[in-house]
Amino acid sequence: MLTAQKQDHILSKELSAKIDLVLASHEYDNTQIVGILLDVQDLIDEHYIPEAIAYYLSEKLDLKITVIYDCISFYSSLSEKPRAKYPIQICNSIVCSINDNDSVFTIFKELLGIELNEVTYDGRFTLESVPCFGACDVAPAVRINGTVYGHLDSRGKIENLLNKLL
Amino acid sequence: MSKSVNFITRNFGKYDVSSIGSYMNIGGFDALKKAVTMTGEDIAATIAEAKIKGRGGAAYDMGRKWAQAKAVVAEKKVIICNADEGEPCTFKDRALIEKDPFNLIEGMIIAGYTVDAQDGYIYMREEYSHLRPLLLNAIRQAKTYGFLGTNILGKGFNFNIHLYSGAGAYVCGEGTALIRSLEGKAGRPRMKPPFIKQSGLFARPTCVNNVESLAIVAPLLLDDKKEYLSYGSGESIGTKLVSVGGNVNTPGVFEIPFGTTVREIVYDMAGGIKGDHTIRLIQFGGASGKIASSRILDTPYTYDDLKKAGVTVGSGAILVVDDRTSVLNFLRTTQAFFSHESCGQCTPCREGNRHIKLILEKLAANTHRNEDITALKKIVKLMAMSSLCGLGESAENALLSAMQQFPDVFEVK
Repeated sequence: MLTAQKQDHILSKELSAKIDLVLASHEYDNTQIVGILLDVQDLIDEHYIPEAIAYYLSEKLDLKITVIYDCISFYSSLSEKPRAKYPIQICNSIVCSINDNDSVFTIFKELLGIELNEVTYDGRFTLESVPCFGACDVAPAVRINGTVYGHLDSRGKIENLLNKLL
Repeated sequence: MSKSVNFITRNFGKYDVSSIGSYMNIGGFDALKKAVTMTGEDIAATIAEAKIKGRGGAAYDMGRKWAQAKAVVAEKKVIICNADEGEPCTFKDRALIEKDPFNLIEGMIIAGYTVDAQDGYIYMREEYSHLRPLLLNAIRQAKTYGFLGTNILGKGFNFNIHLYSGAGAYVCGEGTALIRSLEGKAGRPRMKPPFIKQSGLFARPTCVNNVESLAIVAPLLLDDKKEYLSYGSGESIGTKLVSVGGNVNTPGVFEIPFGTTVREIVYDMAGGIKGDHTIRLIQFGGASGKIASSRILDTPYTYDDLKKAGVTVGSGAILVVDDRTSVLNFLRTTQAFFSHESCGQCTPCREGNRHIKLILEKLAANTHRNEDITALKKIVKLMAMSSLCGLGESAENALLSAMQQFPDVFEVK
């Protein structure tokens, strides 16, 4: 439990109260760990599961920490590393690929000045390459914090999207 | 000009999807009221009569599946709705949830009544998380109105629906992986037997159905005029949702009568090919589906005709790729998807995907030799024969069909 204590500052009283609400909404049912981790991840600004929180969940749910980390490392939607306030998930699958998602990758990289999986200096944006999220009818598309933005077939549209988030 | 129909999609745009009252005003829950006057065996027989095959991709006889689930003797049984549609170019289930959530809930309750289950679980992919509030609201309202809970419609039938989320793992569309994920574990598939129908979620007998399969149930039970049976012919009766995407003018979800030709789907419904390009290839059923050249255009979309033409219905996806993309680049992108999504626990799938990737790279660089092609054929065969689950068994489908349909791509120059 040493590691957990080191990072106690992350787990403020306010945050643990919010986490407890998530746990209550899942009836403290540890078979719902995947859904719980997704909800908790949304509470964190950088959209990830800090180690201290993983240990907190482990205790509250009476689950081995290895089970929690097995889930975090297995599922792509869960992250143990800090991401950003707006993780921009660019679809890399076939439908977006044949609709010129290459340009989408390039334009985002240019506008933000970062490469894939890097974070902008202010912690706002990161670029991620993800498999199909079922928005093939509006390809090429990106997904940011659960919202899909499609038809990104020009530099202007991508600039507008970023401006909306700023 | 051939037109799409609206049997399964009959409610799209007809009611306020956030209101059960609005749904009941257009006949919502009439099918459930009728179902509880029938026996489970009769309901399964009605589905068998319409020859409905599972719409997730495996195309297992649904009437038979329900009859088997009913026949299992157990204290507690489970219905699962597989809403984890992860096949690229497949988005029909998204449309069904978005535009008619109550019909799905009603279908699930009828499924529960048919097989004597007490619990229903919807496993929806995380990528559709924006639809969670809609479904949660539908479940809550159905409970308030007594269509969920205890003693439903005074028939002594108890049933509840729980909404679970996936977390970005394609392999969780596979039944045993999905169940592990629902149990709060990493979604790695397991060996069968025991089969899910005998020992599934929490070791209970479990009946897993795709969203579209469940969405057919309510309209079918109310179909006194036998409209559904009037569409299609032979083994492919009725209608089917297809999601058409790629280089077409108007991609989208269309409900087609079985027997509509691929040309009618691509040109009349999806608006034809963008610009003045020609078709390079069409893939059927998602990334794990097979590909065909434009020669398939005049083939009627039925289970049998597609099979004869070397492809399958699969997930209902139709991906049209134009001449700007080479067959090889198409295969490499598809390959990258499977390398990412393979869970890595069984050797044929994990290593097979890796080796296919290396050989495709050689093909792209034009440095391949005869022994590479021989190895490729061997790997493809081995993966299909010996992988643990459907992912590894089908990951090489596109490649296999490309070897048959576009042999020149694999020639050693």
